[in-house]
Amino acid sequence: MAQLLQHLINGLAAGTIYALVALGYTMVYGVLKLINFAHGDVMMVGVYMGYATAFALGRDMRSSLVGVALIFAVAMLGCAFLGFLFERFAYRPLREKPRLTALITAIGISFALSYGFQLDIGFLPGASPRAFPEIIEPKEWITIGDRDVVVWNWQVISFLIAVGLMVALQYLVFRTRFGRAMRAVSWDHRVAALMGIPTDRVIALTFMLSSALAAGAGLLYAIKDTSVSPLMGLYVGLKAFVAAVIGGIGHVPGAVVGALVLGLVEEFVVGYAASTWRDAVAFGFLILVLLVKPGGLFGRVAAEKV
Amino acid sequence: MRRLAPMLLAALAFLAAACEKKTQPAPSGEGGAQTAQQGQPAAPPGGDVPAGSDTILLGQVGALTGGQATFGISTRNGIEMALKEANAAGGVKGKKLAVRVYDNQSKPEEAAQAATRLITQDKVVLILGDVASSNSLAMAEKAQAAGVPMITPSSTNPTVTEKGENIFRICFIDPFQGFVMAKFARENLKLSKVAVLQDNKSAYSIGLTDVFNRKFTEMGGKVTTVESYSQGDTDYRAQLTAIRKTQPDGIYVPGYYSEVGIVARQAREVGLKVPLMGGDGWDSEKLFELGGSAIEGSYFSNHYSPDNPDPRVQKFIADYKAAYGGVPDALAALGYDAARVAIDALKRAKDLSGPSVREAIGQTKDFPGVAGTVTLDANRNAVKSAVVLKVADGKTQYVTTINP
Repeated sequence: MAQLLQHLINGLAAGTIYALVALGYTMVYGVLKLINFAHGDVMMVGVYMGYATAFALGRDMRSSLVGVALIFAVAMLGCAFLGFLFERFAYRPLREKPRLTALITAIGISFALSYGFQLDIGFLPGASPRAFPEIIEPKEWITIGDRDVVVWNWQVISFLIAVGLMVALQYLVFRTRFGRAMRAVSWDHRVAALMGIPTDRVIALTFMLSSALAAGAGLLYAIKDTSVSPLMGLYVGLKAFVAAVIGGIGHVPGAVVGALVLGLVEEFVVGYAASTWRDAVAFGFLILVLLVKPGGLFGRVAAEKV
Repeated sequence: MRRLAPMLLAALAFLAAACEKKTQPAPSGEGGAQTAQQGQPAAPPGGDVPAGSDTILLGQVGALTGGQATFGISTRNGIEMALKEANAAGGVKGKKLAVRVYDNQSKPEEAAQAATRLITQDKVVLILGDVASSNSLAMAEKAQAAGVPMITPSSTNPTVTEKGENIFRICFIDPFQGFVMAKFARENLKLSKVAVLQDNKSAYSIGLTDVFNRKFTEMGGKVTTVESYSQGDTDYRAQLTAIRKTQPDGIYVPGYYSEVGIVARQAREVGLKVPLMGGDGWDSEKLFELGGSAIEGSYFSNHYSPDNPDPRVQKFIADYKAAYGGVPDALAALGYDAARVAIDALKRAKDLSGPSVREAIGQTKDFPGVAGTVTLDANRNAVKSAVVLKVADGKTQYVTTINP
C-alpha cells in the first residue's frame, strides 16, 4: 500500500513536468495547427541556459530565492527570445505554404539543436551528460512511517507551479483580449487579420509564451532528475507530445490530464512490471485512446477546416 | 498518415547529414598533426599508405561523443602517448607510427561503419578499440571478415573475441568481473541480500548481472530482486522504490557512469543507504560529478588503480598528467597498454601483413602493461587480476586485488 502511494506521488511528479511541456505543444497547435517538434529541444536549450546561469551565480547565490528566480528568469526569457527567432525566421516565411513544410522545418530545427549541442566547441556543452546543480535543496516535506512514503519539496513545488500555470493559461485563453485574439487566429488567421487583429504579433507571442513555458518545465525536470544532456529534449518532447495527443491536442486542461495519466502509467509499469515495457505501454495507451476517442480524452473530432 | 511523409523525409535528410559528417577526415589532430610535429609526413589524405611508405598507420574507433564519450577520449589519449613514446624511440622497422581516429558516437552502427572505413579506405595495419562491448562487437565482425587484426583495450564481453582469430583483447572478461564483485560482496563486505539494477539495453550489463547472480547465490547469498532500466533514462525512482521494498544490504548496478551517478542520487533519495557496487563501466571522472556525495562509499571492480606504487604505473600517471591533466582512468591505461602491445607485436612480426601481425599479437606473453601483465590465452583473451576500488572524497581508493 505504501509502495502504491509512493509510486502515485512519483508518477504525478513526472506527469507535471510532461504537462508543462505538453502545454507548449498544445498552444502552438491550437493557434497555428503546427506540431512544433522543436519544442522539446527549445526546452533543452533553456535548461543549459539555466545551468550556465547557476554556475555564473556561484555556489552561495544559486540556491537562494533570488538566485532561483534569476535562473528561471534567464532561461525563460532566453527561450522566449529563441521562440521569437524561430517563429520570425523559420515558420513565418512558410505560413502560406502547405502545413507539411513547417512541420519538416520543425523537425530540422529539432535535430540541429540536439545534435549541434553535442559538439564540443565554443559555448556548446558537448555530449556528456552533466549534473544540474541543486538549486532547490531537496527536503522531505512529508514522511509517512519509516520513510515508506516520502514527498519532496520539489515535487510539491513543481506540482503547484504546473497547476498554477495551467489555470493562468486557461484564464489567458478564455478571459483576456489576447486570448480572444489567439482563438480568432486559430479559427482563421486571414479573416482575423481582416478584422484588425495583429495576427503576426499574436502568433509570435504564442510562440514566445510556449517556449518560455518549455524552459520552466525543463528546469523543473533538471531539478528532479539532476541530469542534463543535449538529447533530453528529444525524449521529453516526444513524451509530452504523446501526452498532448492523449488529452486532445489544442485543449489546455486536456494536455495536463493527458500528461498526468502518462506519468502515472509509466511509473506503474516500471514499478510493477519492467522498464522495458514502459515505452511500449505508453504508446500502446496512446493507440488505445485514439482508437476509442480519436480526438483524445477531451478533444472533439472536428471536421477538417475548409 | 499525413505526418508519416515529413517524418520519413526528415529521417532521410538526417541520415544524409550523418554520412556527410563521417566523410570528413577524423579530427586527426591525433594522428596526422602529431607526426607532422615531429617532422614526419602525416599519412596522405584518404589514408592510402603505399608499401614502402615511411609511416605505419593504425586505426582507432572510439566514442568521442555520446553517452560514453569519456571512454573514447581517455583511450585515445593513452594510444597517443604510446605512439609518441614509440616514435621518439625510433619507431617500428624504421618507420614512424600514426593513428587515425574515428568517432562512433557511442553507437554500434557508427562503429561498424568507422571500422569499414579504416579497413577499406585508410588500409590500416590494425585496429584499436572500442571500450563498450556493443561497439566492439560491431567492429569485430568487419575486422574479422577483412582479416585485419583488432585489439580491444577494454571490452569485457566474452563474445567479442569469439568473433574470430583476428580479434584480441588485453583486459579480463565479464564473467570474471561478475565473479570478483560477488566474491567481494560476500567475503569482504559480508553482504547476504543484494538487489540488482541492470541496464537491459547493454550486453555488458546483462552479462555482469548473470554471473554476479549465479556466483553470489552459489556463495550462499540471496539476490532479492533484479530490476532494469534502459540506457539514457534519468528517472529510476520506480525501480528503486521496488528495490527498497526487498530491504537489501547492497545494490549491484553494473552500468555505465552516465546513468550510475543519477541512480546513486535517487537511491539515497528513496532512502536506500546501502552501498552500491558495479564494474569498470563506472570508471570516469564524470561519475563523481553526476553522483556527488551519493556515490561516496560505493565499490566497483576495475582494471587498475592509480594508487598502485609500481614505478612503471607512477611514471605513466605522471606523463599522462603532464600531457592531458588529470589522473588517467583505467581506459586511458588500457588504451596505452593496447597500443604498446600492438607496437611490440609489429616489431616482432615478419612483415606488416594481416596474418603476420595477427600471429605476433597472439604470441604476446608476460607483457608488462601499466594495467597488469598481459598474457594472451588460446581464446585471445588476457588473463589478469582485477582490483576493487572504493569511491571516497570524489576519487577512487584502492581496496583489494582479486585473482582469477
